[in-house]
This record gives sequence, structure tokens and C-alpha cells, in this order.
Amino acid sequence: MKTVVIIPAYNEEKTIGTVLANVKNHIPAENIIVIDDGSKDRTPQIADSHGVHVYTHKLNRGLGGALGTGLEAGKLHDGDIIVTMDADEQHDPAEIKNLIAPIEQENADVVIGSRLLKGEGMPLTRKGFNWVGNVITWTLFGIWTTDSQSGFRAFSYKACEQIKIRTNKMEVSSEIIKEIKRNRLRFEEVPIKAIYTQYSMSKGQNFFEGIKTVTKLVILRFRK
Amino acid sequence: MIIKFLIILFILFALSRLILRFKDGSVGIWGFLLWGALWIIIGIVTFLPQTTTVVASILGVGRGADVAVYISIILLFYAVFRLGIKQENIESQITELVRKDALNSKKK
Repeated sequence: MKTVVIIPAYNEEKTIGTVLANVKNHIPAENIIVIDDGSKDRTPQIADSHGVHVYTHKLNRGLGGALGTGLEAGKLHDGDIIVTMDADEQHDPAEIKNLIAPIEQENADVVIGSRLLKGEGMPLTRKGFNWVGNVITWTLFGIWTTDSQSGFRAFSYKACEQIKIRTNKMEVSSEIIKEIKRNRLRFEEVPIKAIYTQYSMSKGQNFFEGIKTVTKLVILRFRK
Repeated sequence: MIIKFLIILFILFALSRLILRFKDGSVGIWGFLLWGALWIIIGIVTFLPQTTTVVASILGVGRGADVAVYISIILLFYAVFRLGIKQENIESQITELVRKDALNSKKK
């Protein structure tokens, strides 16, 4: 089974090189796709120098926009399994094999790497925000997950064909859960490490962005 | 009262804009009728405030002026919600365009 890794990146010149070097230890470069979401720094050039595929958004659209493009690109590259991971060193590429195992064994269509099944490494404030995200996702879309906001996921080709991403920003994580339910996809969570660096901590949502995300999720709930 | 004069002046201005936008096609027939009716109702309420008392007694609200405030707030909230949905749809369409462009003009 061909595994394609999608890495959405926006202004990640500090980390993208290391992330790609690490991912290349586990996945061949021709199966790695970086979605440059309109970066203003050297992110696309650095990604290019690693020999991976780079797709560039002319305008910054946000995480949801980049992930949507990533899933499309994953299908174009004939990925049987499409993995998404963050560009800020938060995920360990060595765990890709655990993530894709339920799909390889045909037990799941979508797998989400949960930082809370192991329960180590995640700062308390993040745990709190994450729990709020899980409750909101469950209230609006009816599926309980231990880590609805995780960016480390794996999709079967079939799941990619069925999942329709319409949101642009951080609300995409909850939208994916919504799509799992809408398409009745088989879904599993596997434990992953939570790696937090000062850099990745600085990238999270603040309180007001969180409120905006929730508002957009409510709108999403009422959209056709 | 000066306030009534100012309100009627503003209603006339809004109606003239509405007719212009309808003529150039940027407002559809339903938008034209809805907004036209809204401005005319505001005009009626301004000059015949006792009309709101009739509505108030039907709805069981104390004063006519309160009814006008309640309905205005409900309409404003609904308008904001509709605008939010519309904006999200436009954002999705922009993303769709950017996505197609990215997939069609890959760097390598």
C-alpha cells in the first residue's frame, strides 16, 4: 500500500527542513507533499530543496484550506493511505507506521493520532482547551474523541474521496469528525506522543481565535 | 419634530439607493421587495407610532416602542447570522479557486 504524507505549512522556515529530513527517514521523498499555504518566508524553497512535491497556495487560506488541497493532492499521487502531519515538529514520523496500521489491516477508514491516550507531555492548559474542543465537537457533530484537534491523521483513499472539507481555518479538525459521521466511516484513535516545543506552543490558537472557531463551527452545523 | 424629518430624509435616501441597486441588477426582486417593505414600515412607525401599540397588544408586550426594539434586535441578529453564512460561503469559493490553481500549477 502506498502511503503519501501531507504536510501543510505556513511560514515554517524554522522547522520545515528538520521535519522533512525526519519524515524522509520513514517515507520516500516522492511520497511526501508539502502544501505551502502562501508563506511569505522561505518555506517553499526549503521544501523544494528536499526533493518533495510542493504545491503552493497563492493566497493564505488557513489550515483547513491547506488540508483540503493536501487530500486532493494525495489522491492525485495515488496514495492508498494519506497521512497528514504538522510542520512544527509536534509529530514523530516514526509513529506513522502505528497510525496507518488499522487502515492496512482494513479495520478503519480514518485514524486519528491522539495525544491524550498516552496522556503524557501535553501541558495542562492545552489539555483544558483540547477537552473544550472535544466537548464542542461532540455537542455539534455527535462523535466523542479524546483528541479532536489532533493534526496527525491517516485516511484511506476511499475516505479521502468521501470527506469534503469546506472550512478554511482551525475549525477543520472538528469538520473532519463531522465528515466521519456524515459518511459513516470507520474510525479509530491510536496513541501518539505529544511533543511540545516553545515554537509549537507559540503557534496555537489564542482565546479569541478559539471563540471565532466555535462560531464558525456553529455556522458549519447549520450549513447544508 | 426634527428627528422625524431626519428619519424620513434617511428613508428616502435608502429607498433611492435601493431603486438604483435594483436597476443595475445588484439587488434581486426579492431583496428589493424585502428592503423596500422594511423602509416603508419604518416610515409608517415613525409617523404613526400608535400602529406599534396594536402589534404590542396582539403580542402581549406592554408598549409599542418595546415591540419595535425587540423586533429590530431579532432582525439584526438574524441579519448578522445570514451574513456570517454568506461570508463563509464566499471564503470557501476563494479557497476552491486557490486550490485549483495550486493543483494545476505545481512547482515541480
